[in-house]
Amino acid sequence: MKRIKFKNLYAHIILIAVSLLSIFPFIWLISTSLKGNSENIFAYPPQITPQDFTWANYSGVWDKVDFIGYFINSMIVAGGTVILNLILSAMAGYPLARMEFRGKKITFFAVLATIMIPFQAIMLPVYLITLKLHLVDSVNNFAGFVGLIMPFAVNAFGIFLMRQAFLGVPKEMEEAAIVDGCNVWQVFWKVLMPMVKPSLAVLAIFTFIGSWGEFLWPSIVLTKESMYTLPVGVNNLQGMFSSNWRFIAAGSILSTIPILVFFLCMQRYFISGENEGAVKG
Amino acid sequence: MFKYYGKYASYLFILPAAVVLVIFFFIPFFQTFLLSFLDYSNNIYQAKFIGLENYINLFHNPVFYKVMWNTFVYLFVAVPILAIFPLFLAILINQKIRGVTLYKILIYLPVIVSIVVAAIAFKWLYADQGILNYLVSRLNLEPVGWLTDPSFALYSVIIVTIWKGIGYYMIIYLAALMSVPKELYEACDIDGANFLTKHLTVTIPHIMPTIALVTTISAISAMKVFAEIYVMTKGGPLNSSKTIVYYIYERAFENLDLGYASAMAVVLLIIVMVFSLINILCFERNKYQI
Repeated sequence: MKRIKFKNLYAHIILIAVSLLSIFPFIWLISTSLKGNSENIFAYPPQITPQDFTWANYSGVWDKVDFIGYFINSMIVAGGTVILNLILSAMAGYPLARMEFRGKKITFFAVLATIMIPFQAIMLPVYLITLKLHLVDSVNNFAGFVGLIMPFAVNAFGIFLMRQAFLGVPKEMEEAAIVDGCNVWQVFWKVLMPMVKPSLAVLAIFTFIGSWGEFLWPSIVLTKESMYTLPVGVNNLQGMFSSNWRFIAAGSILSTIPILVFFLCMQRYFISGENEGAVKG
Repeated sequence: MFKYYGKYASYLFILPAAVVLVIFFFIPFFQTFLLSFLDYSNNIYQAKFIGLENYINLFHNPVFYKVMWNTFVYLFVAVPILAIFPLFLAILINQKIRGVTLYKILIYLPVIVSIVVAAIAFKWLYADQGILNYLVSRLNLEPVGWLTDPSFALYSVIIVTIWKGIGYYMIIYLAALMSVPKELYEACDIDGANFLTKHLTVTIPHIMPTIALVTTISAISAMKVFAEIYVMTKGGPLNSSKTIVYYIYERAFENLDLGYASAMAVVLLIIVMVFSLINILCFERNKYQI
């Protein structure tokens, strides 16, 4: 008995240390963001608790940077990406799970092949195609949003996740619906979709997180500051406030609040470990 | 019963996804190869076919070797740590101890926070007169140019990638640990095996496939790093922290040398495809049921 307690003590020490290391960069950023101008943020030894406590950096950065605008842009892009992923993945997953048709095998392997293609390697032609299709913010804002969303509107992970979900629905459900006179679209929409809600939720949550944090693509295509999503806007803080670390810190923390709230509300989806297959690879 | 669906229903269902995949995956995939045979460097609107010249130039470019070297350093430093350390944490958390959920939330936090914010936070830790250099000075050592010294910059950036990945892989390992039969641990306890032998003889062999999976997926994501470098160092100083995706980005969008960048993209594509193929064929067959 004594030995077990002893062992757990070591486990706790290590886990507390790792937990602290995981959050320390944020703690230090928060600390800096709350320090007033009369306090030296480079003071040795560093002070975790602000001596000259102030919210002024937050109000200062809030007045100069359109966080609400960035937030709305991020919501539009992440929201659009989630909705398209749910619809397109479910629609493509259904026949791959349940129907027999010519070319099914080829379709299956073609989808599987896209898993192996990293976006970073094909982003140049994707950019050229997006330009050709006039899906950039220099045309208009709507086109800009479509251009941000479309390359990520569906992917193989989503399609396979939904295919798996449909494979798990008993065939009798469909047969009963067909006997009742449903057409194929009604079977899909009214009978099967409600059955796969848990998978749709998982797909939605992980797509949202991925889209919310996306940095490379928006920083390639966006030209107008009014179209910036949060990650691009936050990166831009560095240029705006060059060495004003109080403002940069305050802005970074502000931009993190939405996703933090989202994570804490949805944490069981992330840390339960049941959904690891749904995340990016 | 499948007759009921009609001849074309299945195609109609697949069509929207197929359109997106064709336009934004398959066409760009083939176009990447095509572009790599073109020269855009003189005129961005008029490409000239130059055969393998981009590749020849690439393999004569010392910066490219530097970039590939950095990319493989990234792999060889980040991947083993990300394959082993999260497993260790998962084993600790998997024991019946208090506060499991809190630990998991805190350790997972870096995963969900934007990489841009994470990179800014570390940039602040790494500042010349920052908190890390304070600790260094307490050890009576010279302050370190974490992001400004060519011999440190790459490793400073790798630390951010590792820090951000630990929680993600820990959760994957936790899921795998649930599948290890409890009886085996009980047998170990009866035999009086200690912590180390217990996990070396039971846990590790049992979750070997997961270790291999984490190795390949962390290798793939290490090949693709971009934001950390963009935000923290822009590849500098003296190309010391430049990896392949950042160099592709730089050649394509700053030098507008699309052909040259595409030749590099083909190199990246081939490496990642090999990793992915290993991953799919060896470790994820069940997931895709092939």
